[in-house]
Amino acid sequence: MKLKISHTTKYTYDAPVLYGLQQVRLIPASDRHQTVLNWKVDVIGGDEELTFFDQYRNKCMLIKAHDGATEMELTVSGDIETRSSDGIYGMVYGAAPLWHFVQATERTRAGPGIQALSKLITNTAGSLEELHRLSAAILAATPYIQTATTVATTAEDALSAGGGVCQDHAQIFIATLRCAGIPARYVSGYLMMDDRIDQDASHAWAEAHVDGLGWVAFDVSNGISPDERYVRLATGRDSKDAAPVSGMTLGNALETMHVSLQVQQ
Amino acid sequence: MKSKTNHFDEMLLATDGVRDPYNKYQRWFSNEDPSRLAKKSKEAEAFFRRTGITFNVYGQEAAQERLIPFDLIPRIISNREWTKLSKGIEQRVRAINMFLHDIYNRQEILRAGIIPIDLIAKNDAFLPQMMGFTPPGNVYTHIVGTDIVRTGEDDFFVLEDNARTPSGVSYMLENRETMLQMFPELFSQNKVQPVSDYPKNLRRSLAACAPVNCSDDCTVAILTPGIHNSAYFEHSFLADQMGVELVEGHDLKVIDGHIAMRTTQGYQVIDVLYRRVDDDYLDPLNFRPESMLGVPGIMDVYRAGNITIANAPGTGIADDKAIYSYMPDIVEFYTGEKPILKNVQTFRCSEPDTLKYVLENLAELVVKEVHGSGGYGMLVGPAASKAEVAEFAEKLKQNPGNYIAQPTLSLSTVPIFKKKGLAPRHVDLRPFVLVSPGGIDITPGGLTRVALKEGSLVVNSSQGGGTKDTWVLED
Amino acid sequence: MLGKTAGGLYWMFRFLERSENTARLIEAGFRIALTRSRDSDSEWKSVVTTAGVRAGYDAKYDTYTAQHVVDYLLRDTSNPSSVMCAIENARTNARMVRTALTTEVWEAVNENWMAMKAALKKPIPETDLPALLGEIRRHSALVRGALHGTMLRNDAYDFAQIGTALERADNTARIIDVKYYTLLPSASFIGSAMDNVQWETILRSVSAHRSFRWLNANEMTSSGIAEFVILDSRFPRSLYFASRTIRANLGYLEKDYGATMPCHALIDQQVTKMRQHTIASIFEGGLHQFIGDFLRSNNAIGAQIQLDYRFDG
Repeated sequence: MKLKISHTTKYTYDAPVLYGLQQVRLIPASDRHQTVLNWKVDVIGGDEELTFFDQYRNKCMLIKAHDGATEMELTVSGDIETRSSDGIYGMVYGAAPLWHFVQATERTRAGPGIQALSKLITNTAGSLEELHRLSAAILAATPYIQTATTVATTAEDALSAGGGVCQDHAQIFIATLRCAGIPARYVSGYLMMDDRIDQDASHAWAEAHVDGLGWVAFDVSNGISPDERYVRLATGRDSKDAAPVSGMTLGNALETMHVSLQVQQ
Repeated sequence: MKSKTNHFDEMLLATDGVRDPYNKYQRWFSNEDPSRLAKKSKEAEAFFRRTGITFNVYGQEAAQERLIPFDLIPRIISNREWTKLSKGIEQRVRAINMFLHDIYNRQEILRAGIIPIDLIAKNDAFLPQMMGFTPPGNVYTHIVGTDIVRTGEDDFFVLEDNARTPSGVSYMLENRETMLQMFPELFSQNKVQPVSDYPKNLRRSLAACAPVNCSDDCTVAILTPGIHNSAYFEHSFLADQMGVELVEGHDLKVIDGHIAMRTTQGYQVIDVLYRRVDDDYLDPLNFRPESMLGVPGIMDVYRAGNITIANAPGTGIADDKAIYSYMPDIVEFYTGEKPILKNVQTFRCSEPDTLKYVLENLAELVVKEVHGSGGYGMLVGPAASKAEVAEFAEKLKQNPGNYIAQPTLSLSTVPIFKKKGLAPRHVDLRPFVLVSPGGIDITPGGLTRVALKEGSLVVNSSQGGGTKDTWVLED
Repeated sequence: MLGKTAGGLYWMFRFLERSENTARLIEAGFRIALTRSRDSDSEWKSVVTTAGVRAGYDAKYDTYTAQHVVDYLLRDTSNPSSVMCAIENARTNARMVRTALTTEVWEAVNENWMAMKAALKKPIPETDLPALLGEIRRHSALVRGALHGTMLRNDAYDFAQIGTALERADNTARIIDVKYYTLLPSASFIGSAMDNVQWETILRSVSAHRSFRWLNANEMTSSGIAEFVILDSRFPRSLYFASRTIRANLGYLEKDYGATMPCHALIDQQVTKMRQHTIASIFEGGLHQFIGDFLRSNNAIGAQIQLDYRFDG
């Protein structure tokens, strides 16, 4: 499936920014699931400083706001050819070893809730059936509620809150698998919802490592394994590692962010 | 004169007389008037205070600066002893760099089952951001300060590897300067290998590790947390001696993909940054966001290949006290050689049987925090009271994984100067090692730290230790 | 050179100069108190005002006694302009810029700090005051001597000189500002004892009582004094002299760096304006107005230098 994507993040500051940096993970790579036909990054009110690959082989870009900027606009756009792979990303490994994806992070540390959930997992080699069952259990326990959590909410807290968004679902899934000893990671990307062109936000899901298959993706929020409507952007241990943008500014400026995203065939 | 201690004394023999390296010194010393030496000793202290060779003490009244007491009896090492020692250190430092490259890339040592995975996986000193990245020149530890202790004629042990940001080199240099000024005649009588090239070598060594795309005229700078840091004197001393700028985080910005420092005439690119700021505080964008000491984005510039950070972030995994016990295996795995220098036997309290043994023998052991440094949070069993031992046992039981234990070594002594005469005190040695793609360079000697309290084994300056000039003879 | 280093040098020498100026103010006040105890309260009050620390002092004390004022100006660490604080700040800045200083300069600053830390540990009894004030001036002179004798004449030296001169100009101007009415020709009754004392205080506050007398024999007039402390080109603490020093050193920077900055235009204006004035034209336009303008201009130059040479990012 050929997807056309345009994703704009606009930052508005209530005072001129003395010094502002944004670390950006919005550059998809070609792999067995997708081929990047063309992709570009446009910045208004800032400059691209450099690009580098992080420890998960995500291509990252560092962007600096112009001195004294009061707004900065970042647009990534391009065409991606996707293939259906039944959610199987496969035995593709980078510099990060599998044991790294069994370690809890701040956002995926298991509390009593996660520990209880992890009882659903009996096969530490990873069984697709169990994983799907876990995915359904998580969605049942934390239905999609936009206001229940924030970007910094941990998996355990989201679970106690009884609701969450795709980030929370993915992190609960990951935290639970790690608690059971299965490597799991976070994926950020895009999803074309069938009924619309303008999407609310970028998407996130999780990948579990299953012996014999390698990495297998699960979109807990939608109860499926990703198909050709999904575009992978970045991976990491959690939403912080794979964050599409993370930044810091010097000065007293308060930042407001506005996102517009179109994904269409 | 003869040794009055049960420990190995590096100067005085148990029978009458001195060990070989001290022959000439002893002849000089026995002709000296003790009251003249006492006066010299006072002069040295005044000189240190006037020149501001001080360190700040954490947790005390702000701006409190203390002197590290200087003892005027040198610690003398023969060339033969040094040759063995330096070969052993070089071997160890080589292995550490190979280990670091491996642990952040293919991790063969884990695959080979030599180190348990959890020791790395659950270790805070392991820095995920370094995975898959190779620093310029493949050098991780540009500067190492290996802590060595001695227990006998031929018995040298490595106590700690200090692969992060070892300090103390300024005292090595200033101690020698002081001795040269106070007792010039000693240096014509004894052929002592010089140490004064260290700053020049450091600069050259750092420049040799510059990023590949850096121009010939490479800019080096030192990053300090600021004047309140305990080692600030050393930072400014080294900057001065190397002829490079001493910068703080707020002097630096990302400009055109590089890190640049704010000068009176605009921003100037830095190619190699010798940072004396810990990993956690180095980059608020990538590590602790609240850090005011760091340089936001420097890890990104680093990973883009536009700056060299010395030492590389994440080197702490190599000098972690829990890794320490595996060092002999690490040396052998990477170099294919038997380790030249011994490791101190180390009990990992994380292992239940070992913990039991440690608890039963606490009064005989030295127990250290795995991530501690500076002699804080440690127990020296034989020197501790019953109550202290009992209290420590509780801490140990609460969090055994946080501790390792070692037998109390019978550290060698070197006499210190007292008005009443010579008094034996325990010492250690921290030689300073420079690593560049061109090779490993060890300054002959290093910093000798001496416990000033009789019988004490704690030599840390923050705990009342002093220093001595350290001589390696030429013959 | 790092912008921070330039700033550190500039502030180090401003603070050193400030410590010396404060000591001199105390000295002048002390002398008046000794010779004319009747006026001493109001005299101490004007000393506090001149030092620019009225608000802080008033928050702490109700009356202006020698003991309180001297203690506040010498030792009080809650007073950022106290001699102790100024010396502490000078040394902190010196530590920060140590790589830009010669060993001699650093040691002189460090010894100054060590000596004052010891000397100002306890309140100073009146009998010890003159010796102590002399000590402060001597230490300050040692640092200056080390600066002149050992530092390269490069940008580091220029920033040190600019800091000194700016602080000095500011100090002299504030002394005139507080006592300007005693210098007004209309207010003066020739030869009246009151004015002689006030004039003497002004001159003593800038260490000019001897040089002024030497130059002017016994001819002491308000306009003569005003001319001396404002326009004299030989007296190192006059506003004109200090301004010319700033201009000269900014000029060296201009040449060194090959760049003309906005601060150059500001200092040119200030020097030119003073050159066009006579003491008569200053009185005509209003002495108070003139000094007010000068203080504002001097501050603006300082702020512009900080910006132009990137002291703080």
